[in-house]
Amino acid sequence: MAIRERPLSPHLQVYRWQITMTMSILHRASGVILSVGAFALACWLMAVAAGGASYLRAADLLASPLGSLLLFGFSLALVYHLLNGIRHLLWDAVMGFEIPEFYRSGWTVAVLTVLLTAAIWFVALQGGAA
Amino acid sequence: MSTHRDDFRNPLQRARGLGSGKTGTGHFWWQRVTAIFLVPLVAWLLGLLVSFVGADLATVQVAIARPWNAIALSLFAILLFWHAKLGIQVVIEDYVHTRGLEVALQLIVTLACALGALASLYAIGRIALLA
Repeated sequence: MAIRERPLSPHLQVYRWQITMTMSILHRASGVILSVGAFALACWLMAVAAGGASYLRAADLLASPLGSLLLFGFSLALVYHLLNGIRHLLWDAVMGFEIPEFYRSGWTVAVLTVLLTAAIWFVALQGGAA
Repeated sequence: MSTHRDDFRNPLQRARGLGSGKTGTGHFWWQRVTAIFLVPLVAWLLGLLVSFVGADLATVQVAIARPWNAIALSLFAILLFWHAKLGIQVVIEDYVHTRGLEVALQLIVTLACALGALASLYAIGRIALLA
């Protein structure tokens, strides 16, 4: 008998969109982005330690359009992963397990991510908080 | 049971001696432990980094060299790369189905995260002791 492909169970496309599925995959995506960001941070620390030309190169890179775009992306991913991570930790503590609460906490994280990221960049572009 | 016909131990005994019966919750547990400590550290780090906007090298070095900043940043670097390693490990387990490639990627990620943490600690130490 010829080997046939196993049938696949219904997948993403048969489900009505819900915020929970987007939050879930974005948590993973932001985690992967932040893992790259971790190495960027390590490189930046090495540049600060080396000082001189290394630091100037790092500072120039961060100030460039590409560097600024990456910094913004990292900040957005960091705030999202932080807030949604707290959401996950609350679930681990068996809190917020009713279906409406899943949606409410999901939208809360989404809105707070935008507000907090905007606030960070507002303060940063004012020339630093401290 | 059929695969253990010649094994006189009961299932609980086998579970205690083998595989996930021993350390199966370790990954879950350490992912949460690192996450819990990273929450306040990330909030603190965001404040520190924002305060560096427009600062010159000497100012940044002096700030990182402050004892508790250096210590907290070191702790952050360890937890960050540990947490990243645990997370990327699961992503690879989920999406890479070629055994050889999967093992190779796990080794690379483990080494890279260890190096990232060590490089960060080295840099912080150098800044703290020489700034």
